Amino acid sequence: MSDGRAARLRAAVVAAARHHVAPRRLPVAVGGAGLTVVGALTPWATFAFGYPGKMTLAGFPGGARAYLLVLAVPALFCLTAWPGRRAAATAGGAGVVAVAAGNLVAIANQGGGLGAVAYGAWLGTAGAVLLLAAALSCPPDAPPALAEGRQPPMVERAVAAASLGVVLAFVWYGLGVDEPTRFASFVATVGFGAGALAGLGVTGWLESLYQRHRAVTLTAAALAALAFPFTQHGTAQWIRVFTYIGILAAAAIGLNVVVGLAGLLDLGYIAFFGVGAYVAALVSGAGVTTSHIVLPFGVAMVLGACVAAVFGVVIGAPTLRLRGDYLAIVTLAFGEIFRIVVNNWNSVTRGPNGLSRIPHLAVGSFDFGAPHRVLGFNLPHFANYYFLALLVLAWVVLVFTRLNDSRIGRAWVAIREDETAAAAMGINTVRLKLLAFAIGAFLAGTAGTVNSHFGTQVSPEQYTFLDSITLLAAVVLGGMGTVPGALIGATALILIPEKLRAFQDPRLLLFGLALVLMMRFRPEGIAPSRRRQRELHEEAGADALSAPPGSGR
Amino acid sequence: MSGVTSAAATNGGAGRAVLEACGVTKRFGGLTAVSGVDLTVTEGEIVGLIGPNGAGKTTFFNCLTGMEVPTSGEIRYRGRRLGGSPDRITAAGVARTFQNIRLFPNMTVLENVLVGRHCRTKEGLFSAIGRGRNFKREERESRARSTELLDLVGLRRAADDLARNLNYGDQRRLEIARAMATEPGLLLLDEPTAGMNAAETRGAGELVRRIRDQGLTVVVIEHDMRFIFGLCDRVAVLVQGQKLTEGTPAEVQSDPRVIAAYLGTPGS
Repeated sequence: MSDGRAARLRAAVVAAARHHVAPRRLPVAVGGAGLTVVGALTPWATFAFGYPGKMTLAGFPGGARAYLLVLAVPALFCLTAWPGRRAAATAGGAGVVAVAAGNLVAIANQGGGLGAVAYGAWLGTAGAVLLLAAALSCPPDAPPALAEGRQPPMVERAVAAASLGVVLAFVWYGLGVDEPTRFASFVATVGFGAGALAGLGVTGWLESLYQRHRAVTLTAAALAALAFPFTQHGTAQWIRVFTYIGILAAAAIGLNVVVGLAGLLDLGYIAFFGVGAYVAALVSGAGVTTSHIVLPFGVAMVLGACVAAVFGVVIGAPTLRLRGDYLAIVTLAFGEIFRIVVNNWNSVTRGPNGLSRIPHLAVGSFDFGAPHRVLGFNLPHFANYYFLALLVLAWVVLVFTRLNDSRIGRAWVAIREDETAAAAMGINTVRLKLLAFAIGAFLAGTAGTVNSHFGTQVSPEQYTFLDSITLLAAVVLGGMGTVPGALIGATALILIPEKLRAFQDPRLLLFGLALVLMMRFRPEGIAPSRRRQRELHEEAGADALSAPPGSGR
Repeated sequence: MSGVTSAAATNGGAGRAVLEACGVTKRFGGLTAVSGVDLTVTEGEIVGLIGPNGAGKTTFFNCLTGMEVPTSGEIRYRGRRLGGSPDRITAAGVARTFQNIRLFPNMTVLENVLVGRHCRTKEGLFSAIGRGRNFKREERESRARSTELLDLVGLRRAADDLARNLNYGDQRRLEIARAMATEPGLLLLDEPTAGMNAAETRGAGELVRRIRDQGLTVVVIEHDMRFIFGLCDRVAVLVQGQKLTEGTPAEVQSDPRVIAAYLGTPGS
């Protein structure tokens, strides 16, 4: 068969598929969505009590079933009223499948077998599969043009601020969801829902809004962060978690200098965090230390950060001549060396017992260990550390963004891109890589000093390889080389496990699954730099326009 | 920037010697890639370096720019010994482009050129965090100079595109702009027209002349003979690591040894 005939035949097949599949897609989509809705309103579990989350009620979308409606109805809308939005409809459909099948499995698991699963679960799951199938049968869609849209500046500012408010509302709602399967369903709904919005071009448009109105965005974000402790009715639980998130986010941004900008893979980064924490603990006057040195916290903070930076230089100087894999192995070894030394150096670090009873900070007459009453609100003592963590985070963000947008940041990115060419352009690559290492270590050390007072104790098992990997995953998951990426990554990686404590065992499995899905569908991370997004989603050359975001092809 | 040296005087050139390479040799194990090559380039010249594939032209460039350490021989730039790491040689005033384009593909066109400004700017860590007046002025000047260079190579309209999305010819011209941003006295171009069509090649020749008119000295490796003979003041021929001959384009073109080196000797 000649090439011409083959091409004509292929064109005919494609045309036929369009004609014959398209009309059939509509009933499948409507049927699937209908089944899903019916499923959401009928009981999912047969036993009357024992299974939480209101999954046994009929005629009411209790528990995780509400999320099915949240995803299925817009997915149907994309398939019918707004045809051709394949990426959005697929994300919605996949979300419905994930929530439905996940709950079905969870009910069977907790109810002792498939006998516990009621007909609603089967209906809902079948409908979800049909809906996804209908979405997948759509032809690939054109890239959404919404990102180019301009509105009056006031409207844009209002939308930017309001969208952050919506995000905050989602976080608040999510914190209130106690039941683990329901929380997992919520996370899946948010994740796939965001994917659908990305498919419609909404997230791209919002990103461009944030970039155009940075002042408004930053103010809104800062206000939201400052207001958070006042929304907790004096309870400490989530303030404590978010303080920890703030501290680890600061460390993650430090790691972002090393990994995201300079492109040096550091697998032992938590050690620098640990150095800062131990230094602060040793000079804090903790009851168990033998040093009896007590320094003011400001001094301790600078000292801890500087000692960490010195360690960065000491590790970096002999190893930064290595490239890629070799450097990763050496940093991995350094992380382990730190943990093992701390675990065995009894006279100073008290070995596996660690340093405990680290006193709370006191700045002047302000005691960080006591609850305070501000503007008529009772704030638990963790709120003090929360604000301190925000302050440190703001400082770290400032350092990161300003360095990124300077000749030093450009030199780092150049080294990441092509080290040989960077050297040929007059960049002293060894010195700049060393600087990246030292800055990263300095920022991690700063975060570490706060953490030791906040946690009131330090011990070797807080600084394991897994913690290094968690930080690295936060950077990669959120988006390499950006501040929002590290923030979102750190939040997701700490908050979600915190909520899913009931899933102790499959937690790492779920985490791995999430990473695999991310790398397949959004390899540039949740909040990527513009540079990196283009890198991973544009075809090289002229046909850049024909690749829809998220298509990966 | 010391004065005229004896090598320049014996060369009979009117200007000062910018580059003096004496007996540059590079061995990789048993293979001698470059063997005792002498080359003197005087101020404001365009010198061509030609030779069959594998003659050692790029290795010679690598020796000049510190990317390879010559086994023996001496290299002087404006009378001062050149040596050490590539960044120090670039800072001394020798810049280059690469045969297989080595841009920073995921940086924008403007950022690529700004990276070239690195060794001519000095605002450091604390200055970058503090954002003082000096930092802002230096940054502004860097941007102005980089934009000027993009104008020179005709890429200003593409300033915010990613380097990887440029076409081949534009990528080569961006490499030249980036090298120019290091404010060199001597520019080494490694096959600047490879992969270009006839019109682009003519444009590249124009560009090299304009660069020379700005006061730079240029050494260019090229396989396109029409380009080389139309552009260069002098041409040196490398064959199997050794310099076969050197002279004006007319002299080199009519040298039977050069023709033999490219086409082989009849009957051998």
